Amino acid sequence: MITERVLTLGALAALGLVALAAHVADEPFTVTLATRAAIFALAAVGLNLALGLGGLVSLGHAVFFGLGGYAMGILAWHAQMYQPMRIGPLEIAGTQSMPAIWLVAVAVSGLAALLIGLLALRTAGVYFIMITLAFGQMFYFFAVSWPAYGGEDGLSIYVRNGFPGLNTLDPIQFFGLCFALLAAATGLVAGLRRAPFGLALNAARQAPERVRAAGIEPQRLRLAAFVVSGAITGLAGALFADLNRFVSPAMFSWQLSGEIMVFVILGGAGRLSGPVLGAAAFVAMEHWLGGIWEYWHILLGLLLLGVVLFARGGIAGLVTGRSHV
Amino acid sequence: MSEAILSCREVTKRYGALTVSDAVCLDLRPGEIHALIGPNGAGKSTLVGQISGAIRPDAGRVLLDGQDVTDLPVAARARRGLARTFQVSQLAGGDTVRDNALLGAVGAAGAAFGLRPRRDLAARAAAALDRIGLAPLADTRAAALSHGERRRLEIAIALTLAPRAFVMDEPMAGLGPEGTAELTRLLDGLRHEAPILLIEHDMDAVFALADRISVLVAGRVVATGTVATIRADPAVRAAYLGEAP
Ligand SMILES: Nc1ncnc2c1ncn2[C@@H]1O[C@H](COP(=O)(O)OP(=O)(O)O)[C@@H](O)[C@H]1O
Ligand SMILES: [Mg+2]
Repeated sequence: MITERVLTLGALAALGLVALAAHVADEPFTVTLATRAAIFALAAVGLNLALGLGGLVSLGHAVFFGLGGYAMGILAWHAQMYQPMRIGPLEIAGTQSMPAIWLVAVAVSGLAALLIGLLALRTAGVYFIMITLAFGQMFYFFAVSWPAYGGEDGLSIYVRNGFPGLNTLDPIQFFGLCFALLAAATGLVAGLRRAPFGLALNAARQAPERVRAAGIEPQRLRLAAFVVSGAITGLAGALFADLNRFVSPAMFSWQLSGEIMVFVILGGAGRLSGPVLGAAAFVAMEHWLGGIWEYWHILLGLLLLGVVLFARGGIAGLVTGRSHV
Repeated sequence: MSEAILSCREVTKRYGALTVSDAVCLDLRPGEIHALIGPNGAGKSTLVGQISGAIRPDAGRVLLDGQDVTDLPVAARARRGLARTFQVSQLAGGDTVRDNALLGAVGAAGAAFGLRPRRDLAARAAAALDRIGLAPLADTRAAALSHGERRRLEIAIALTLAPRAFVMDEPMAGLGPEGTAELTRLLDGLRHEAPILLIEHDMDAVFALADRISVLVAGRVVATGTVATIRADPAVRAAYLGEAP
């Protein structure tokens, strides 16, 4: 039987190999597709921590994706316009350095997740879904109506941001960065799952009364998971903006929240390998099926229906023959 | 009783016009098994809820180790050593028996935010499973356990909590005669580890185990005493024992 560990490593390796092969075959477009899959997978790694492990059905993770995107867009825009940002008496020059942008993206989306989590976690079930969705809509409409950074039209960044020692404009090098972050985030979540924190979070999803009776407050675990989850998805947002050299309110849209959830459920909620499998399957379908048939989402819908009805463990469950870890 | 490990003082709870706990006074002394019996709907589970912190009393206090814990939430009381088992098993069904037991050890150590696996806690969980006889099933998922095994796992988790007092809500419920006998033996040995407030319907088990018995009828403690006293009490016989099978 294939273990979760082997499946996860295998899925990651396959994604890396596809990108490398495409690079060798001089097909930069396929490298870019693999990069897109890696970034979506990273966003899903974030959501999977909250949803799969914590049982928090967030339909607002585009908030963090978008915040990461705008963190990149705003910082890079100020840098490319040589126009420092003014916050009160403070003057902040923008930056086109990826590590700095990532740090800001992680901090901002983590903070947003903390504030949203504090409010949303007062509720559960459908109300939790609705509150996270409502936050998504708030951010979306705010981004649309705030003229300073392009409003509805979004922001274009002319040159991809830089990383010390790398040429990020080279597709395979940028892929390498995204892939490394995906692998690191997957490793982080794998570590959390083995640690007492993951054990308690996992139990809190299944039997909150038991967790309380064991002296642990489920809500604090959930909040911590939500913050880490938001921060990871925020990092993915910053990468996504850099991939497209463009950021727009669409990154905050509820459709995007839904898509991140689709990656998780399609791949296998709560499964370590789920995000990579789900995101890769989605990007592959989007490209191949979308190229043939403009209504390919119908097929995606049918596939999801099949997964939810017959294969709760998603692709990971089909491969390992277990619906849950 | 200043020496009591756990006490209820005038604990009162009303649901609308129904008084489910009527100024209940109860104490649990070191080394004893104190059985709480009473007909269905007498308010036993509601009292357990108030002792554990899941339900807030309208009036009265709950004391653990002489300290007022009435305003503390469930988890805080558990960390102080209040170990309860549920009338309906509450287990993480998708997790292994080992992981369920580990949960108690993690909670008692205040290590729920720990980011590294802890060998000491794993050892503590393994020891509890060993004592309860579940060690061979450590890798089984909790959902796959039999009813009796689930009951025992509940007790194993309570054991990992460094308990000061056990509160067990009908641990024998649904166990056959064999399972009941086995669990009776097990609980008998536990009382020296920490006293047990035992809510139980099975009278044979209660009479075999209890040092003292309190009888709850319609939210009121109508009698407290040794097994012999309670057996002889005419009011108890009329109110409860007469109806018992
Ligand atoms: N949340 C509640 N709201 C209203 N009535 C309740 C509630 N919980 C329990 N009761 C009532 O309180 C009484 C005592 O219930 P319970 O404590 O479960 O009794 P026992 O465990 O002794 O069988 C029952 O009549 C029950 O219907
Ligand atoms: Mg009851």
